Amino acid sequence: MTSEATVGRDATPDDARETHVGARTAYETNDTGAQRDPALALRTVSKSYGDTPAVCELDLAVEAGEIVALIGPSGCGKSTLLRLVAGLERPDAGEVRVGDATVAGRGAWVPPEKRRVGLVFQEHALFPHLTVGDNIRFGLAGVARAEQDARVRKVLELVHLPHTVDRYPHELSGGEQQRIALARSLAPRPEVVLLDEPFSSLDESLRARVRTDTVDALRATGTTAILVTHDQTEALTVGDRIGVMRAGVVEQLGTPAEVFERPVSRFVASFMGDADFLPVVADEHGLMSELGRVMVRTDVDAREAEVVVRPHEVALTLTLPADGGDGVARARAVVERVEYHGAFVLHTVRLPSGRTVRSWQPHSVRYPVGTEVVASIQPGLVPSLLVGDHTLPTPD
Amino acid sequence: MTVPATEARGACRAADGRLARARRVRLTGTGRPAWSALVVLIAAIVCIPVVAVLVEALASVGDSAWPRGLGEMVVTTVALLAAVALGTTVLGVGLAWLVTAYDFPGRRWLSWLLVLPLAMPAYVLGFLVLSTFGPAGGPARAARATVGTSGFVEWLSGPLGAPVVLSLTLYPYVYLLSRAAFRGQGQVTWDAARMLGASPWRAFRQVLLPLARPAIAGGLAVVMMETLTDFATVQYFTVRTVSVGVYLTWKGSFDFASAAQLSVLVLAFAVLVLTGERILRGGARYDARGGHRPPAAPTVLTGAARWWAAAAAWSVLLLAFVLPVARLVWWAVTATAADSSSLSTGRFAMNLANSGVMAALAALACVGLALVVTHGVRVTGGRLARAAAQLTTFGYAVPGAVIGIGVLVAFAALDGWLEALGVAGGTGLVVTGSVLGILASYVVRFLAPAYQAVDASFATISPSVTNSAFSLGSSPWRVLRRVHLPLSRSGIAVALVLVAVDAVKELPLVLLLRPFGFTTLSVSVYELANENFWEQAALPALLIVALAIVPVYFLVRQVRLAEPHRQELS
Repeated sequence: MTSEATVGRDATPDDARETHVGARTAYETNDTGAQRDPALALRTVSKSYGDTPAVCELDLAVEAGEIVALIGPSGCGKSTLLRLVAGLERPDAGEVRVGDATVAGRGAWVPPEKRRVGLVFQEHALFPHLTVGDNIRFGLAGVARAEQDARVRKVLELVHLPHTVDRYPHELSGGEQQRIALARSLAPRPEVVLLDEPFSSLDESLRARVRTDTVDALRATGTTAILVTHDQTEALTVGDRIGVMRAGVVEQLGTPAEVFERPVSRFVASFMGDADFLPVVADEHGLMSELGRVMVRTDVDAREAEVVVRPHEVALTLTLPADGGDGVARARAVVERVEYHGAFVLHTVRLPSGRTVRSWQPHSVRYPVGTEVVASIQPGLVPSLLVGDHTLPTPD
Repeated sequence: MTVPATEARGACRAADGRLARARRVRLTGTGRPAWSALVVLIAAIVCIPVVAVLVEALASVGDSAWPRGLGEMVVTTVALLAAVALGTTVLGVGLAWLVTAYDFPGRRWLSWLLVLPLAMPAYVLGFLVLSTFGPAGGPARAARATVGTSGFVEWLSGPLGAPVVLSLTLYPYVYLLSRAAFRGQGQVTWDAARMLGASPWRAFRQVLLPLARPAIAGGLAVVMMETLTDFATVQYFTVRTVSVGVYLTWKGSFDFASAAQLSVLVLAFAVLVLTGERILRGGARYDARGGHRPPAAPTVLTGAARWWAAAAAWSVLLLAFVLPVARLVWWAVTATAADSSSLSTGRFAMNLANSGVMAALAALACVGLALVVTHGVRVTGGRLARAAAQLTTFGYAVPGAVIGIGVLVAFAALDGWLEALGVAGGTGLVVTGSVLGILASYVVRFLAPAYQAVDASFATISPSVTNSAFSLGSSPWRVLRRVHLPLSRSGIAVALVLVAVDAVKELPLVLLLRPFGFTTLSVSVYELANENFWEQAALPALLIVALAIVPVYFLVRQVRLAEPHRQELS
């Protein structure tokens, strides 16, 4: 852990939290309760615009200090979800809880300014007429002046920009503006911070750096956060858990590894990373695909089943016993396209059936187009099996 | 922990009925009912005069006879509207076409200078025409001396002078809108028509004119509303329109019922004009999609045509603005030289102060309300607030006579309630007239330009800036004070200037509502002109014209920024 992060961690001891007088009066937290509530909870929340449902009976709980990345195609309802939590929309049904207080639903309504929910926008939305220091101080009304100054200093150190305190937003670069927006949202010590595609307005080269700084700052302060993104890499690297949304529901909520390696549906499998789908046939031992045996199960109707193979799960070899080690003979595949991606080389191979699969190879391996290879599943990996649009739970 | 996919789609659809019911109950976005209510209240205030006039007229149906000469008034109104429409169309469309399609000496300057007559109030140009072309004016005397008769000059000081003066001061509305239409899609279509072998005249008549029809209709609607609102200028020329009827009826008899019934007639004319605009515009909304490309080069005129074109365009500017201003300056200088004490003491200073105070109060009231409305729409985000905000701009389309009588009726009702509550004499404001009444009518009439200017400024503040401020714990009032107010400063400044200048310029409402002995700059111009003290009227008139140039400048700047420019080839 870096020294800056240590400084940041010091910024949120519990006693410091208690000194916050802002909107805390709206609802008193009860830390002595036997079971700690999640920092944020949505219970069967629904929201429609006109006749178009945007969020459908959605359930979501975010634990204190957790970062949840929400991802999904545009129009899946992820931005609506943020707006519901922030209080910029009222749910049609269901309940939103922040800490142990109901902020929407069950007849309760807490306006955004009293929710202790921080917001960071894609366009940063700094107040152009205020200096960086005054932008941060904006959320600290009611806090003693000395304490305000101390907090401004701390959050600016947290994002490594202490020298910008007297500058105006237009004097900062895009990345700096983004970090100031984060600092501003952290200063009032919100219960939850919501980040709405905060990096997508930044240059590719800048994005990774700002992302790392942002996550460091969130972790250092132990802040609970929801990050909305449409970038899979971002979701996988940032989130403690990832929620994959489609058509107003969270289709899968799990750790990055779970979502990537054990997608629950065809949609999640194809949305989170590249995937090819191959049919299977049943024999007396279980299910076979063109890449070899995929599952030792006999209770599955092979006509409806498909195996999900990701490029990193496909091994290519030049010489292999024609039976892949599982006693089944396999015809050879032909390399059809080769893309150089730097550290890895993506091979697309056409299988004897005419289908294609993709395979990542280390950058030292580069089969020329037209090479005959044997494609099989990497030993030790168990690809997911789809029945209809949903995957079977894998025994592991 | 992996949560399996929820089979919630069906459940969601089943819940749709419930959702729909929830929506109907709540119409106002995220709620902040207080702000929605505030916006609705302001919209209601703007509507009061019209409602009051309608109620009063309905309540007294049959009680009072229509004033004599009603039919004549209606005919006169129709004739005046038609004549002004014709005049402004010829001037506005013709000049717009000339400066867009052809190049001649001074074209680039003229294309903007031709907007200047907007700064010349009709009641100023009116008395200048009256004094110049009356029987005692120079041209009439010269005519009598040379050809023995002056009738062909003096007709301008008769009833026919009214449409001429109104056309010369109002044509820029038609000019600006048709110029934009010609420059936009018009240019592309014009090129296409010419490439297909149409002569310039045929391309203009068969392609451009129909294309510009919606724009011309829009400009004409504004022109006719202004004509309908006026009941001062036309009285110079002894023209009695329905609006004049309202004024004379009220000032003559202080009879609410008759004045209200005549006002309803004026309102009917306004509705007719707006309906006419709808019909003329047809279903057609020609998209100015071509407006984003710079226009092609205009045809360069040569030989005599070049000078004829220049003469035509320049002469309009001379007649409508340059010569009148020159005359005003001359008179102002000679009158001040003759009696320099009149400047600092006397009535001029008093009138100036009255105008200044009224303009300042009107500007503050209108811009304050406009801010509340704009901010209210932003923080509620509701459809109700937005619809109400739209309604606040409706006062600009209500003729002055209707607003004036409506304010009077409303004040009378207020007095009635106050007396019923035991306050003897109520506010006592009605018959004597009141500054408060003038202010109220200003708010109704000028809230629209204030709202538009402030709203344009708000449009540049991203919603996420507002939402950030909320998420940082600010109440709506604090967001207004600390974020929206400083960020819309430029729009607020423009709105203050626009309303203040409009208030100084405004004549009919003040004439109708002013307390006895209360005179502003515009009223002094009118009174002095009516008594043929033209030299003394020149200085206040000049001041009004100078002030009125400011909003014209804003307008031109706005149009210029909006339109693309041809790259000048070096």
